[in-house]
This record gives sequence, structure tokens and C-alpha cells, in this order.
Amino acid sequence: MNPNLHLWLIPLVPFAGFLVNGLLGRKAPKALVTTVALVASLVPAIQVAVIVTKFSSLTLPCSENLGAWIRSGAFHADFSFQLDQLTLIMLCVVTGVGFLIHVYSIGYMAQDSSYWRFFAYMNLFLFFMLTLVLAENFLLMFVGWEGVGLASYLLIGFWFTRDSAAKAGMKAFIVNRIGDFGFLIAMFLLIAHFGSLSFGEIFPRISAAPDLQGGFLTAIALFLLLGATGKSAQIPLYVWLPDAMEGPTPVSALIHAATMVTAGVYMIARTHVIFDRSPLALSTVAIIGVATAFFAATIGIVQTDIKRVLAYSTISQLGYMFLACGVAAYSAGIFHLVTHAFFKALLFLAAGSVIHALSDQQDMRFMGGLRTKIPITFWTMTAAVLAISGAPPLAGFVSKDEILYQAFISPNGGKILWAVGLLTAGLTSFYMFRLWYLTFFGESRTAAAHHEEDLAPVHARSDTKLTLEAEPPHAVRESPWVMLAPLIILAILSVIGGFMGWPEALGGSNWFSHFLDPAVKSVHMSYEQTAVALATSAPATPIPAPAGDNHLERILALVSTLVAFTGWLTAHILYYAKPELPARLAAQLHALYALLKNKYWVDEIYSALIVAPVLFIARWILGVLIDRGVIDGGGLITGYTAQGFGALVARIQSGNIRSYAGWLALFAALLLAISWFGWTAHFTLR
Amino acid sequence: MVPIAYYLVLSAVLFSIGVAAFLIKRNIITVFMSIELMLNAVNLAFIAFSRQWSQATGHLQVNGQIFVFFVMVVAAAEAAVGLAIIIAVFRARNTLNVDSIDLMKL
Repeated sequence: MNPNLHLWLIPLVPFAGFLVNGLLGRKAPKALVTTVALVASLVPAIQVAVIVTKFSSLTLPCSENLGAWIRSGAFHADFSFQLDQLTLIMLCVVTGVGFLIHVYSIGYMAQDSSYWRFFAYMNLFLFFMLTLVLAENFLLMFVGWEGVGLASYLLIGFWFTRDSAAKAGMKAFIVNRIGDFGFLIAMFLLIAHFGSLSFGEIFPRISAAPDLQGGFLTAIALFLLLGATGKSAQIPLYVWLPDAMEGPTPVSALIHAATMVTAGVYMIARTHVIFDRSPLALSTVAIIGVATAFFAATIGIVQTDIKRVLAYSTISQLGYMFLACGVAAYSAGIFHLVTHAFFKALLFLAAGSVIHALSDQQDMRFMGGLRTKIPITFWTMTAAVLAISGAPPLAGFVSKDEILYQAFISPNGGKILWAVGLLTAGLTSFYMFRLWYLTFFGESRTAAAHHEEDLAPVHARSDTKLTLEAEPPHAVRESPWVMLAPLIILAILSVIGGFMGWPEALGGSNWFSHFLDPAVKSVHMSYEQTAVALATSAPATPIPAPAGDNHLERILALVSTLVAFTGWLTAHILYYAKPELPARLAAQLHALYALLKNKYWVDEIYSALIVAPVLFIARWILGVLIDRGVIDGGGLITGYTAQGFGALVARIQSGNIRSYAGWLALFAALLLAISWFGWTAHFTLR
Repeated sequence: MVPIAYYLVLSAVLFSIGVAAFLIKRNIITVFMSIELMLNAVNLAFIAFSRQWSQATGHLQVNGQIFVFFVMVVAAAEAAVGLAIIIAVFRARNTLNVDSIDLMKL
């Protein structure tokens, strides 16, 4: 029997923080707001730490039912939470990284007049994210899923007086709705087929039925995948994430890099039982993942806004996680999720520190030479860049190689997936080092920003009225310690995080994968079961357990290290040794450069193919024709008819007695005539 | 013996004259008189029917006659009240034209 873990407290404490700060924060002193927000994010972290210490003695999954939510006939959805290995990993990431970013935000947001509002939203986000990962059924998960979308919307549009921020918030929300539609359809299908939304009911029933293959499970998996592509910014719904960079940088770090955008990966890993039964859905996941990884990486190469580079990098790394899930290597995907949370949060926070140091300058063309001016930011950023580029033995190397290896040995089309993934790794290394060199090396170009206004450098907050009291541009200086401390902690994690899952081929134990296996390991049928399934119904196609090969894994690791090294070397030549080369290359490969620079015109294509028709239908057909024409028109016609008829009839009541008498006499005579001649019969004089 | 139809036709003619006068005339006293005319036209019809019914049954039937008395009483009361109102209206508005006395209008 498990001790009572009070799992419900984990999400509820941040919610309390949100209520306190959201309702009372406007008037409260800043120190109080800070304290409330920090406590509300620290308490769950402590509670998770306590759970970690007890974890080995628990029987899993450990669930906690707080009572019924919806009851309808045999169907019920409860407020119930569950804890297993996968949840625990996610809890550690969300509360740990979440707390660090809260600390960082104290420094980053110190000048903002809506300080309280920022922390209220951050706590709200933590509440929904923790609900999402703790939920024991699809419906409660969906609550968290929608809630993080709401928090994301609020925080992207945090500086809502700036038009682009408000629009970016809407874009994120609307694009996510498309994904949510898929999630909803998947839930309806689950209810239709299983009469339940509880993980604890559905998954065992699928596992117990070996002949349940493809068919409606494929449909469910594909609709879930649509939901995941929305939340995790994958093709075709990735377009919102780059624009989401309009939000404050800590938000980009927490929501749009470390936690929320990984919800899709978490969801696929959580529902892997469904995906395992549908090779088609799994292949789709893998192809979407690897395509997104490559596609986003190519765009990332030419971006000049430091946060946008990181945004495309995030999309690309999420693609890796999808690739891992698509080859049924869920633990590798989750491992990359964790290491990515470390180094990408670090990258964003360090970028925020750079932006902070340069008085809200985000354009890399106006950076440069910052290595000695902000040394701590530089060194932590270096750790993150090395980690994401896949330099051994840092975190990114281990998790990315695990994914590439799993892709390589997967049975269907694995070599192609691996090759594209490898190429993407090279690109990743290239664009990250490009960012690194542009920001920290070479001559300082900060002065140029003030002269070349025609280049329209991106300023983070220059035109928002909310921050009128923000200081004028100051000299480049290192950020305060409250911002640097989270950077250092994350840098350490980025460096050593990989040893959690150090592969057996390189002399490690791959603890992470073994830890996670009970929760996400593909349920392979025993031979007897398979035989029964084969004999009784359509041929079952379970995913064969990939056979490990240490030698192969070592070779692949070597290859990807070489590729990452090549990426660095290219960046070194182009942006350090010969900084005049990139402009010449861009001129020579003009078409390609324009294609990448304009992000393949995907936004424009979407806007022409989808947004414009939808707006046309909304504005003209629904707005003018239906709303104003039919609905308003119908109401008006009814009203005017009644009014006109009323006006006509009201003339009878003139107040003139003689006219009343006249009407009376007229109708009396009429009545007489009717009674005399009859009403229906021949109205003729007989 | 005069047939009942003669009485009824006379009653109808009187009533119609009353209605017409009521609708056409503007002087409130003439209107008042036309009301009296209509009431008396009805009284005539009552009496005629009462007499015919008595002859048909062989007994004296007084229902119609009693109604006539009622109508007379009401008409007398109405005349008293109505003339008082007319005097009051004339004092207040200095006119007896019904078209200018339309306070009941909404």
C-alpha cells in the first residue's frame, strides 16, 4: 500500500500562488509578489524531491482519486492523478526548471510595471502543466493541455500594447486550437470504443487484446498526433512557435522550450500503447519528426534574431523527440526531452541575459565581442551550445545519439531517418556556433544599432507603453546574480545531465532508459500470444524489439561527433576566420538564401491558402450574409413587421369617441350580415 | 292588428338614425340626444316583442316591459350624470365640440 503522497497539492500550490498574485498582486509590494511566486514554485519542487526519495518503495502506478467529476451512465471521468516513472521525470523537469526560471525572472522582469501579472501567469502555467503530467485520464490531461495553451497565450501577449505581441498570442492560440481539435476527436473515438477515458482502463484493455491492431487505433493515434503537432510545434502546425518569441524571454525558456512544447512528446509517450499498435501512425510520427527537425534547422541557419534562432532550434529538437517516439524508442525521446529542457532553457536564459546586457537588443547583427564583457553568460552559453551541438560527453550528445542509434536500427526506413537526423545534427551544430560566434566574438557591433535604424533592429520592449520607466540604453554589463545563478545551475546540468543515460556501448549503464522502461516500454507480445493472434485473426505486426549492437552504436556515435565537429568547423570558418564570406555566399546562393530567409514562405502560403479563405468566409459569408443578413435581418424584419402592424392597428385607438362608435357600428353591422347570410356558405343574397 | 314587423322596422329606423346622428354630429348635446333615441328604439322593440309573446302564449308576459323600465331608469341616471359632465366640460373647455374633447387619447 502506498503512503498518501498528496499529489493534488503539487499543481494546487502554484494555483494558489496564481490566485494570490493575480487578485492582490497589483497593490501588493514587489517583495511580497516575489515571495508568493517563489514559494508557489518551490513547494511543488520540494514535494517532488520528497517523492523522489520515497520512489523506490512505491508500487506503481500510484494513483490518487479525488472524486468524481463527470458521471454519465457507465462513463465517468474523475479528478484523479497518477504517478509513474514517466510522470516523475516530467515532474522533476517542470518543477525544477520551472523554479529556476522563476528565480531568473526576478532579475529579468525587475523593471517591468506588470511584474505581478507576469508571476501570476507563470504560476498559472505551472498549475496547468503539472495537471497535464499528473492527470490519470485523457479529460483531465486535456484540461491541463488547454490550460497551458491559455497561459502560453497570456504570456506571449504579455506586452499586449505591442501589436505584434498581441497577434503572436492569438496566432499561437488559434494554431493550437487546430491541434486540440485532433485531441478532442481522439477522445470521442476512445469513448466510443472503450467507454472510458481513464489510462488505467484503456491501456490494459488494449494490451490484453493482441488482435487489436491498426483500424480505429490508427485513427485515434493520428488524431492524437495532430494534437501533439499543435502543442509541440511540428509540421504542419509549427508556425506559431517562432512568433511566440514576442513574449518575455523567461517565458520562451520555460514554456516554449523546456516544458509546454514537450507536452506533445509526453502525450505520445504516455499513450504509447495506442501508437505501438499502429505501425502507420508510428511511421507518421517519425517522418513528421525528422522532417520538422531538418526543415526547422535549415531556417535556423539564416535567422538574425537571437531568439528566433533558438525558436527554430527548439522546433528542430522537438522533431528529434518525435523521431524517437516514431521509432518506438520512447525513453530516448523522453531523455532528449529532459536534456533539451536543460540546455535549451539555458540557451534562452543566456540569450535573455545577453538581451538584458544590451538593453533589449535582440538582433545578432548588432552584437559581437561580448565574450569578455559578460563572461559568466558567455561560459554558460558555451556549455549549452556545446551540449546542443552534440559535443561528447555533454547532455545533448548522449540523448541525440541515442535517438539516432534507435532510428538507425529501427526496421522500416530507419537508415533514411538516421541520415536526415545526422544531417540535421550537423546543421544544428553549425547554426548554434554561428549564434555563438556572432554574439560573443569579433568586433562589437552594438554601436551600429543606434545609427542604422533603417535596418530596423528588433527591440524587445522599446515600443511598449507598459515599460515607459525602463531605463535608457546603458553600457554593456553583466546581469545580476539572481539571473546568473540559474544559468550556472543549468549549465552544470547540461554538462553532466547526459550521464543519467550514458549508453552501455560506451561503458555506461543507461540508467535513464532502464528506469523509464516499465512506463513506456513497448509491450511486445509473447510468442504464444502472437501465435494465437496470427491463428485467430488478421496478422498482427508487433514492433520487433530492436537488437542492441554495441559496436554499431560506437561507430554511429563517432560519425555524429564528426558531423557535429564539421558543423562547428564551418561556423568557425564562416563567422570567425573569414567573416566576410557569409555575405558573399548569400549573394551567390541568392535563391536559396531568400528561401531560407523567408522561412520557405510557409507563413505566406498558409495565409493565402487558409487564413485568407477563412477570413473571407468569416467576413463576407458568415459576417455579412449570415450574421448581418439572415440573423440580424430576420430580427429586424420581425421587429419592423410587428412595429408596422402595431402602428396600423394603433390608429384605431384614436381617442375619438365617435370613431370608436363608428368601428363598433361597422363591425356590428358586419356581424349582423354574417349571421344573416352565413360565413362559409355562399356569401350571396338568396 | 298591426303586424310586429312594422314596430321592428320603426325601431330599426329610429336606432339607425340614432347611430348616424351619434357618428355625424359634433355637438355633444346632440350626441347625447342620439343616444336617447337609440335607447328608445330598443325600448320600442322590447314592448313590441312583449306584446307579441303575450298574444302567442295567451298569458301576460312582462319581461320585456320590465326591461324597458330598467332602461328608462338607467337612461334617467345617465342623463343626470351625463348632463352634469357636459356642463363641467363646457365650463372647463368652453366648447361642446366632441372632436376637441379627446383626452382619452393615448
